Amino acid sequence: MPHLAVERWARSSDFGPDDPIVLTVEGTHGLLIHAVTKAAAERGARAGARLTDARALDPSLVAVPADPQGDAALVQRLARWAGRWSPLVEMDGEDGLRLDVTGVAHLFGGEPGLVRDIRHRFAKTGLTSRVAVAPTAAAAWALSRHAPCICGPEVAARVAPLHVSALQLDPGIVRTLERLGLKTVAALIGVPRLALARRFRGAEDVVEALDRALGRKPEPLTAIGTDPPPRALLKLEEPATHPEAASQALERLIPAFVRELEDRRLGARRLSLTGYRVDGSVAVASVATAIPSREPRHLQRLLADKAATLNPEFGFDAFALSAEWTEDLGAAQESLVEEPSGTRELARLVDRLTVKLGPRAVQRPQAVESYLPERASGWISALAKTEPVALPSAQRPQRLLDRPEAIDVIYATPEGMPRRFMWRRAIHDIARVEGPERIAPEWWRQPSSARLRDYYRVEDADGRRYWIYREGLIGDGRGGLPAWFIHGLFG
Amino acid sequence: MAEGLSLVAGDESRAAYSPAPGAAPGAPLPGARWPLPAPPGPTLSELFAASPRDAGWVGFLLAQAKRSKPLLWVQERMAILESGRIYPPGLGSMELIHVEARDARAALWAMEEGLRCSGLSGVIGELWGDPQVLDFTATRRLAVAAERSHVPCWLVRLGGTANLSGARMRWRIASGPSIANPFDTRAPGASAWDAELFRARGAPPGHWAIAHEADSFHLVAAPGGGALGEVERLRA
Repeated sequence: MPHLAVERWARSSDFGPDDPIVLTVEGTHGLLIHAVTKAAAERGARAGARLTDARALDPSLVAVPADPQGDAALVQRLARWAGRWSPLVEMDGEDGLRLDVTGVAHLFGGEPGLVRDIRHRFAKTGLTSRVAVAPTAAAAWALSRHAPCICGPEVAARVAPLHVSALQLDPGIVRTLERLGLKTVAALIGVPRLALARRFRGAEDVVEALDRALGRKPEPLTAIGTDPPPRALLKLEEPATHPEAASQALERLIPAFVRELEDRRLGARRLSLTGYRVDGSVAVASVATAIPSREPRHLQRLLADKAATLNPEFGFDAFALSAEWTEDLGAAQESLVEEPSGTRELARLVDRLTVKLGPRAVQRPQAVESYLPERASGWISALAKTEPVALPSAQRPQRLLDRPEAIDVIYATPEGMPRRFMWRRAIHDIARVEGPERIAPEWWRQPSSARLRDYYRVEDADGRRYWIYREGLIGDGRGGLPAWFIHGLFG
Repeated sequence: MAEGLSLVAGDESRAAYSPAPGAAPGAPLPGARWPLPAPPGPTLSELFAASPRDAGWVGFLLAQAKRSKPLLWVQERMAILESGRIYPPGLGSMELIHVEARDARAALWAMEEGLRCSGLSGVIGELWGDPQVLDFTATRRLAVAAERSHVPCWLVRLGGTANLSGARMRWRIASGPSIANPFDTRAPGASAWDAELFRARGAPPGHWAIAHEADSFHLVAAPGGGALGEVERLRA
């Protein structure tokens, strides 16, 4: 996308295409030109030059600050959107995308069809794109920037007429090569390898750049995955703006998706429905499951609510359903008579609750090895697995207040039994009491000012039982008088 | 259901400490093992806590809950704020799924979803006050769902009033003075409850003071179980 910055800016402004606009960034010595419109380019402004120099050539230039972060965000959004063509997409520099189209092109009518589709869809979003297909990533980079074409096995012939800067070399090395008279890649290929290797060593390895472009050296994509995730794709003839489009697409995608999971003996743990919009943005709905599943009705039910909330805006023209996290799942029949077993039923229940109420609202207890009561009972999402932890076997209340509440207590100072306390404006006379159970602060975690707690199990005149504690001792040097709190309720 | 419940004081008795003097002949004797009035199958029971600051009903409920399968425990946010979040170390060993519901509507939805799942041993839902969504239809739906899937359901009402409801059993539970502690007379002992069954299908309503046999000590509540009486019985 050679004119990304300018085109993105032009989309959100009301200047005409013929105005001489330059986008500027702060440089070490004043403003630098980041990108230029066509009109500005004709007047001598070019990217990389200083604004003052360009102004000297033509004072009518209009300077607007550039937004490189916004541009990067757009490229990232476009990278996700480009997932419609290939599951492996990588951002390439500031203005490029790299797609691994191995085994993908035939879905779009061969490589010419793919290139046409890409160019067409980018043009629809108002962005100029230069597309090249090549057997090596470096060659594709070079061709897309210098001579967009579809390149078969004849890489060397295609790359040869290009300027040496197409090899992704440092500008310094490019200058050196130019001074040596090696202006094109062809000239460079002509030089004996040994001589080149001797002249350019270490980081400025020209031989290596050459090898990468010509495919003599592998250059793996960083986004490469061992196995592409299970995925089902649905392309629409016309953009759908109907709010129910996503739900209907889901219904159509699920059978194919489940078939792929079945073939690969996988069950989905996390899956997402992606809607590709015509304007180059995407909408994603994701859900997670507690145990791997590939049961069509269950998956459909999980995703249906979320799919309905996807906003089509200017319309969806493609949908993909993919599983980002899968686990092995053999072909299993639970029993001869169709009766669902407990664990599977339970996992489905957890899925449904989590999807609707959120993962933080549906939890399982996960004990933590600690004597501090509020720490000992951790909660984790019900989707995760719990591990057994041994806990101190002291008597604990059935309910714990999220935050201990301060109470007023009449007690025999300094460390006597409580007699009466007031909690939430009501007085409780203590009839029976047991304690104290002393719990020291965890000095390795808490600040040194943390005070110890003496817990009492108390029963009031009505038989209601509470867990109250006195924080601190008189004269422990960590604050004033001890304070009392109520922490739990017994059943 | 709840074989271990024992009676501290008899039928229609309000005081746990004095056995009813004119108890009808044939009425269960205090201290005897006593079966809790139970519906024929798993269904919806409604439990009214005597006060939001009284958690006695939790013990009463846990004494009845089966622990073979996981339990779904739904708490409305307001119930958590007012009377605390359930605390697993105090509940004994059981598998548990806890749901913190934003409001009564979400809580009722979660309960109904749970009742459709046969992998649960029970569903407990705590609601605060008298929410508008909790009407006769809502409770009736829960009751039908519980009976269809054979999963018992307890609807706990904190600070609510007993309005029209489709629940088959309706209890009002308050904590009672606990059974004497055999090791320390000044300490609280095993819990006892003042339980009133004010509406039940297929069982007469009643009012009892009951206790549950403690699992680890195997002590049965004594007749007229005052602190002193209990100690004397142990010495004898």
